[in-house]
Parts: sequence; C-alpha cells; structure tokens
Amino acid sequence: MAELAEAAHEVAEHAAEGQTVQEYIQHHLSFLTYGSNPVDGHWGIAHTPEEAAEMGFWAIHVDTLGWSIFLGAAFLLFFRWVGQNATTDTPGGIQNFVESIFEFVEARVSEGFVHKNPYIGPLALTIFVWVLLMNTMDIIPVDWFTGAATLIGEYVFGLEHMSFKIVPTTDVNITMGMSVSIFALILYYSVKMKGLGGFLSELAFHPFGKWMLPFNLIIELPTLFAKPISLGLRLFGNLYAGELLFLLIASMLGLFQLPAHFLWAGFHLLVIPLQAFVFMMLTIVYLNAAHESHH
Amino acid sequence: MSFNLTFIGQSIAFFVFWWFCAKYVWPLFMNIMEERRQKIADGLEAAARAQKDLELAQTKSTDQLKEAKADAAGIIDQANKRGSQIVDEAKEQAKEEGKRIIAGAQAEIEQEVNRAKEALRAQVSAIAIAGAEKILEGSIDQAANEEMLSKLSSEL
Repeated sequence: MAELAEAAHEVAEHAAEGQTVQEYIQHHLSFLTYGSNPVDGHWGIAHTPEEAAEMGFWAIHVDTLGWSIFLGAAFLLFFRWVGQNATTDTPGGIQNFVESIFEFVEARVSEGFVHKNPYIGPLALTIFVWVLLMNTMDIIPVDWFTGAATLIGEYVFGLEHMSFKIVPTTDVNITMGMSVSIFALILYYSVKMKGLGGFLSELAFHPFGKWMLPFNLIIELPTLFAKPISLGLRLFGNLYAGELLFLLIASMLGLFQLPAHFLWAGFHLLVIPLQAFVFMMLTIVYLNAAHESHH
Repeated sequence: MSFNLTFIGQSIAFFVFWWFCAKYVWPLFMNIMEERRQKIADGLEAAARAQKDLELAQTKSTDQLKEAKADAAGIIDQANKRGSQIVDEAKEQAKEEGKRIIAGAQAEIEQEVNRAKEALRAQVSAIAIAGAEKILEGSIDQAANEEMLSKLSSEL
C-alpha cells in the first residue's frame, strides 16, 4: 500500500517536473502495442512509441481493440439478457430503455432501407450502440485509465510510460476496420442484387451513357471509394479532435481545467451520439443504394 | 497512425458481433414487439367489439322501453274502456232493476185494486140482496135470485 502511494507520488512528481505538454499529449495518444519486433521477430509489448511504429503492420493495439471488443460484447450480452427476460406486458425500466433504443434503430432502418433484408436491422443496431459506447469512453477523464495503466505498467511489468488508450474510435484502425467492412458489404450486396454486370455497368455507363465511359469511371469510382474512407475518417476525426482537446485542456490550463473540461464535455456529449447516429445512418443509406437496381 | 493488425481484428469483431446480434439479439426484440403489437391489436378489437355490443344493448333497451310504454298505454286504455263498460253495464242493470221494481209495484197495485173491487162487489151484492130482501120480505126465492145477483155483481 505504502509502495503504491510512493509510486503514485513519484509519477506525479515525474509528471510535474519531467513531462512537457508535448510529451504528455504524445503519451496519451500512443497505443499499448503488442507486435513483432522488427529486429528479431520476437513478439511482445512495444516499450516506446518508436518501437511500436517500427513494428509496422504486424502489431495489435491491445488497448483500443480490447476496449472495442469488451464494449461490443458487453452491449450484445446485456441486450440479449434484457431480451430474454423481457415481458410483453408493461416493461420495466431497463427493458424500456433497451426497447426504446431498439425501436429508434428499427424506425431508422424501416425509413432508410426500403428493400427486404433481415440482416440490415441487426447491422444498424450493432453499429449504433457499439459506436455509441466506444465514443462515450471519451467522457471518462483522460488520466484515470491512462494514469492507472502507467502505474501498473511501471511497477508490475517494468514498462516505462506504458500507454493505454480507452477510446477505440480515436484509433483509425478501429473506425476504418468498420467502414471497410461496410464497404465490403456494399460491394457484396451490389453484386448480389444487381449482378456483376449490373454493378459494373452502373459504374461505367452512368451518368453520361456508354460513349462517355472514361468520364463515368472518373466520376463513379472516386464516389464509390470515398464512401468507406469518409465514413471511417469522419468518425475518427471527430473523436480524435475531441480527445485532443481534452488533452490540451488537461495539460495547459492548470486549475482552470475543471470548468473547461465540463464545458467541452457538454459539447462533446452532442458529438458522441451524433457521430454514432451518422455512422449508422450512412451505413443504412449506402446499403440501401447497394440494393437498388436500375432496370 | 499506421495501419496494423488492429484493423483486421476490428473487422473480424465487427462481423462476429453482427452475426451474434442478428442471431441472438435482434429476433428477441422483434418477437417482443410483434407480440405486443398483436396484444394491442387484440385489445383494440375487443374494445371496438364491446363498444358495438354496448350500442346494440342500448338500442335494444330503448326498444324494450318503447314497447313497455306502448304496452302500458294499451293496458291503461283497456282498463279505462273496461271501467266505462262496467259503469255502463251497471247503469243498464240499474235501469232494468228499476223497471222491474216499478212493474212489480204496478202489478201489486193492480192486484190490490182488483181485490178491493172484488170485496166491494161482494159487499155491494150483499147490500143489494139485503135491500131486496127487505123490499120483498123474504118472498123471493133464494135460488131464483142467485143468478140475477151474480150477473149484477159481474157487471159492477
């Protein structure tokens, strides 16, 4: 116990004297990375951001992916538990809450998706609640988990400045992982519903007819590929910017950070559900377009 | 800001979670919603039926009330008729009874008159006989005069 207090004191001192603002923010923006060492191929936790960067593709962000999977699983198991214990009579508080989310998503899907596909509803629900939970992690004060992880890393694993990010949607791997998966679904359903020929002719012969094929491709291909990129980067950018501002407030404002945190958290509370909603809505709209055939 | 296995991991997690949600979460709530929709629909239908029943019962009761009123009016009418009939009959009977009493009284009076006449006749004939006897001083044959006397008395 005394050891821990001493450690905390040491870290606080360390932070107070040693860390510059830049170091502080850098520390908070790097990931807990597990990967293959580029020199000897040995798999392990990266000790420095530089080492993490050198690992290249063969590395995993244990923190963001871990939180992502934890939040997704927690959401699904919770919803399943509520669904199994649900009653068709007057629902209780928890059931009411879950049902209102379900009905909200269901209404968006039946408005935005006019075709028959029983998998789009679950897709929208998964995306909305999952992204919402991942975004909500941004509200947790930036130093709670990261500070604790730094302590644990230093005194349990012997890692100096162990990073630990808790907001999965501030990791471009996470947001692009989802948006590219959705892009794969767009391609899959486009080919399935329109046929490969139908899909390709949509790219090649619209909007100007077959004699303008190169121009059509110049217009249509970027439109197609912009979908996953904008989808993933929009979410990432919003949450990353929010996180960065929290870090700036925490590192530069001294005692004034408290009201500033509350103010920014208040604004950010609007961004968090909005971005989850936008991500879900665009997924629905894109997949609806993928199901449309122009015959 | 580099891409690495996290990207793949997240993609796998995405598809697994989607599959789980589609198989184990979404249908649960769909069923609950469907059941509740059905329940509400049934309830509304029952309410509509009850409303219709109520209307039916109201018209029925109004009809019955009307009928009962008509019946009552008929009964009162009949009773009134019967009453006046009884009164008429009573009047008739009273008249007849009166007539009968009057007739009886008249017959009695007649009888009385006849009886008085009879008595008077007898007395007159007795007086006449006595007068004649006194005139004739017993010379008159009782038998011969009897015929004449009875003739006389019947003429009276």
